[in-house]
Amino acid sequence: MVQDLLESSAGLLNFSIFFALAVVLLLVILGFVTMAILAERKVLGFMQGRYGPAYVGGKWGLLQSVADVVKLLVKEDLIPKAADKPLFIIAPVIAFAPSFMVMATIPLTDKLQFADLNVGFLYYIAISGLTIVGMLMAGWASNNKYSLLGGMRAAAQMISYEIPLVMSVLGIVLLAGSLNLNEIVAVQGESGWFILWQPIAFIVFFIAATAELNRVPFDLAEAENELVAGFHTEYSGFRWAMFMLAEYVYMFAMSALITVLFLGGWLPLPFLGFIPGAVWFALKFSLVVYILIWFRATFPRIRADQLMEFAWKVLLPVALANIFLTALIKEFFLK
Amino acid sequence: MIRTEEMLLNVGPQHPSTHGVFRLVLKIDGEIIVEAKPVIGYLHRGTEKLAENLQYTQIIPYTDRMDYVSAMTNNYVIVHAVETMMGLQVPERAEYLRILAMELNRVASHLLWWGTFILDFGATSPLLYAFRDREMILNLLNELSGARLTFNYMRVGGVKWDAPEGWLEKVAEFVPYLRGQLKGYHQLVSGNEIFLNRTKGIGTYTKEDAINYSLSGPNLRSTGVKWDLRKDEPYSIYDRFDFDVVTREEGDALARYYVRMGEIEESLKIIEQAVEQFPKDGEIMAKVPKIIKAPKGEAFVRIEGSRGEIGCYISSDGKKEPYRLKFRRPSFYNLQILPKLLEGESISNLIAILGAVDIVLGEVDG
Repeated sequence: MVQDLLESSAGLLNFSIFFALAVVLLLVILGFVTMAILAERKVLGFMQGRYGPAYVGGKWGLLQSVADVVKLLVKEDLIPKAADKPLFIIAPVIAFAPSFMVMATIPLTDKLQFADLNVGFLYYIAISGLTIVGMLMAGWASNNKYSLLGGMRAAAQMISYEIPLVMSVLGIVLLAGSLNLNEIVAVQGESGWFILWQPIAFIVFFIAATAELNRVPFDLAEAENELVAGFHTEYSGFRWAMFMLAEYVYMFAMSALITVLFLGGWLPLPFLGFIPGAVWFALKFSLVVYILIWFRATFPRIRADQLMEFAWKVLLPVALANIFLTALIKEFFLK
Repeated sequence: MIRTEEMLLNVGPQHPSTHGVFRLVLKIDGEIIVEAKPVIGYLHRGTEKLAENLQYTQIIPYTDRMDYVSAMTNNYVIVHAVETMMGLQVPERAEYLRILAMELNRVASHLLWWGTFILDFGATSPLLYAFRDREMILNLLNELSGARLTFNYMRVGGVKWDAPEGWLEKVAEFVPYLRGQLKGYHQLVSGNEIFLNRTKGIGTYTKEDAINYSLSGPNLRSTGVKWDLRKDEPYSIYDRFDFDVVTREEGDALARYYVRMGEIEESLKIIEQAVEQFPKDGEIMAKVPKIIKAPKGEAFVRIEGSRGEIGCYISSDGKKEPYRLKFRRPSFYNLQILPKLLEGESISNLIAILGAVDIVLGEVDG
């Protein structure tokens, strides 16, 4: 559908349809972010024996996140005197913009995908890497020692974990014979979900993704018990909200990517094909998000040097071995 | 040309993980600490000086505010000192109430430590579990004394209030409940690989170091020194109870964790026995004069608090106020080893080491 639009001749009607679709996707994502924050607080509350938000918006604190965002938006805009002003202002934008850009390539269903790139996965990795620049910038520009340490940690961590993240997916690329996310899902329709074919890759990818998302147990960059708030210590109001928004949009994107790569995207379970693909996608995707929240309720934080050690000495060799194994299997058994 | 330089980092007095208004001036090279200088005194209220102008009963509320998470033991040390000077015999029922209150408070204090220690590693759930159970203890102590933290419960010669009806049954019910909870705590945290990595071999010191730095309490027992005043110099009626002194050999943060977790269980044992032996009736106050005057002379007593040995020295010239009063506050002494432990460690380890020492700033600053 979107592809047809992209290939059709330019016209006011096509443009407005396309624009409307983009706005819808934006609203879906923003809706997800508000609901995800609420869900996270609710699930955490449930796991920790308390209620979580309960009053705002009538029932279950439904409008809690909305109220929080409104509060952040009307807050006084504060820039520290000693901060590097231009960098300080541009850093949240740089951290935040790529998080929306990556959404374009993710196929929500077989029809609904904004850019059916042949190198969809590569595009995702390349664009999401830009966020690190924003974080490092924020850490540097704040002119705060905790921010600087947090920014350094964030950069080191995200660069280290991107490598096992990509390596673990190479097995899938070998099996599917494509980097196109749409095709990767289509292949899973014939062969079965890749979580069955690539369990090692799934584990490596999930761990690396958690680290990439800066979530517990890898939330070193903003380890509040050590670095106060890490790279965004000096940020407040809507600039801080932008960092948070980026974080949750990445959570959306990464969960969607895991769903697409390993859990068969919009494909239904056998005999349940009458349920539409979008629902399946939402279900699988919610499961991944739930597991991420579950992690947060369970794990303590890993130490910076252990984090590096884990990435380079454990995850990377395992991911490499997985590629080798996959290649062997493909060569000898799947011909 | 790459140039590196050391950076001066102020941790505290407002920092999430210094457990109060504690300040550390760090010289760091990257994330490695070259030199650490603790700065204390932000919570100094001059308890000892104030006490010189107060009658003995009036000093008791001030001791509540020293180690505010374990106020019962502080209450006890001051009344114990005065009683020793006056040679008072405390009624048995009062002794049992004191023991119950102190041991419940020790459990509450260790639970609080457990929650915040794990919170320092970024895990939020244990804190809430610990607070939920600690809340039950605080409710029990609230029923007993009318306050949740600053109890002001003990008096020279006994205790202020008798246990309300049904209180002992509630305490007896609480013991097996907490034992069940502790099992869950061990499952959630003690075996966690990340937690072990963060604590094993971190902040290690030897037996000799511990003794030279005058450490006490779990900080001392984690190096294998079997020293517990409740056992070695029994005060009150501790000689009537059967319990063990928990020790570990390793002397690292994990050992301190296990010692404290073990002590919770030993305290539960004492509580259980105290409830069983609790006298049916009897006085809760000894016969004491309206205005308490300690006889001329001096006395020093020490007891096993939640964080170590609490000492109280009183020098009296026979008036209703002490001439000089001094508290040996265990957190203050336990903190002295920190600069030595921190050298060459990373900032992440700083949190683990400081957390494992278990300080309460009200006590450090006095």
